[in-house]
Amino acid sequence: MTLLALDWFLLIEKLILIAIVITASLVIAMYATYAERKVAAVMQDRIGPNRAGPFGLLQPLADGLKLFFKEEIIPDSSNRFLFILGPCLAMLTAMMTCAVVPWGSSVEIAGRTIQLQIADINIGILYVFGVVSLGVYGIMIGGWASNNKFSLMAALRGASQVISYELAMGISLIALLMLTGSLSIKTIVEQQVGHVWNIVYQPVGFLIFFVCAMAECNRAPFDLPEAESELNMGYHQEYSSMKLGFYLFSEYINMFISSAIMASLYFGGYDVPFLGHAHLAPNLLAIIGVVAFLVKIFIFIFVFMWIRWTLPRFRYDQLMNLGWKALIPLALANMLVTAVVILLRG
Amino acid sequence: MHITGLLLDAPQANTAANYLPIALQLLFALGFVATMMIVTHLLGPKRKTADKLATFTSGIETHGNARTPMAIKYFLVAILFVLFDVEVIFFYPYAVNFRALGWSGFYSVLMFVGFFIVGFFYIIKKGALVWED
Repeated sequence: MTLLALDWFLLIEKLILIAIVITASLVIAMYATYAERKVAAVMQDRIGPNRAGPFGLLQPLADGLKLFFKEEIIPDSSNRFLFILGPCLAMLTAMMTCAVVPWGSSVEIAGRTIQLQIADINIGILYVFGVVSLGVYGIMIGGWASNNKFSLMAALRGASQVISYELAMGISLIALLMLTGSLSIKTIVEQQVGHVWNIVYQPVGFLIFFVCAMAECNRAPFDLPEAESELNMGYHQEYSSMKLGFYLFSEYINMFISSAIMASLYFGGYDVPFLGHAHLAPNLLAIIGVVAFLVKIFIFIFVFMWIRWTLPRFRYDQLMNLGWKALIPLALANMLVTAVVILLRG
Repeated sequence: MHITGLLLDAPQANTAANYLPIALQLLFALGFVATMMIVTHLLGPKRKTADKLATFTSGIETHGNARTPMAIKYFLVAILFVLFDVEVIFFYPYAVNFRALGWSGFYSVLMFVGFFIVGFFYIIKKGALVWED
């Protein structure tokens, strides 16, 4: 009976952790929309949202509520079931990726050691890849089900873009895996704690990964699926109300999660440099780690936005050429060089 | 009882019980998505007119529908992706056991990469990735 009770604690602990992580990622994604508008405003010498609440801080809430109260339109010629399934799938996959990200080491509450990670599975990276590639279906199904030529073209573009960059992303990661010898994100972070971060060994790999992450999130300069000038509004142009909200929102959650993955894989995750010698309470250390991790993530999100408001959009053939003819050979070369160097150093 | 018993082995990171939190999260996410969809369906106004429900093409009259054949290039990219992604997947077990396999493993993979590159050059020479006509 005591055994059973203990297990229920673990279950409750996981449930609370899931609730916190998902709520946090939703709130962060919400405020990422606000940050995006503010960053854009600063870069274009404007003020940005400043009406709703102090400094416009309630703007994301107002936007969210507005989406809730909008009329749902499902076009007559669309395929109803798939039309609804598309945005749901996009949102679902965006919410599932955060399960394997280690947010911090572990905290002790009432004698229990609580891992700050929802699921530590030994194929963490493969899980992320699997869920992320399911995200393509959200775009593809939504675009096709709309039965609109603009949506369909945007969806086709989006799908081919995402799958093309997935290849280079996969190969660039292999060089990292040779270093770490593990697919578990937790193990990869633990290896970096108190040591040199992986970015030092894998600068080229990181660069490729970063570019691919941008393409996977459909962020500018890779936002061809939403190219307003040529495709109206892209794959979600028939969508309204919260279904549109899901599509827009999942993009921001994906940006948050891919920043988290990059920070974990290449920038030490929750590791704080030069903190190893400080004698602090373990719980305090863990909390500092979580804060450090979030700071790293926010820096990445800022860089994403910075790039978006600086670079113009690629032309489609440029995008495909970059993915296939530049990044894939570069990633392969990086992999082989890494392998030779590791083997030579023994 | 069986599942809860398995949960005790959680730190080993290689049992089925490690995936239980993911199942929980899936339930959580499904619940969230379903609730949001139902709430927004109930809250929004419902004043449908024929014009609203027509396909949106920036005010231009629609011609036919979007169930038309598309450029073969997108299909080619998808096929090539499947092909190359399968090859990339083969690298993963190698990367994880890379140190144990040593130089002999490296030479084998070098050969595999050679095949990969030959295929890669073949599709480029065939013009599978040429986008402008």
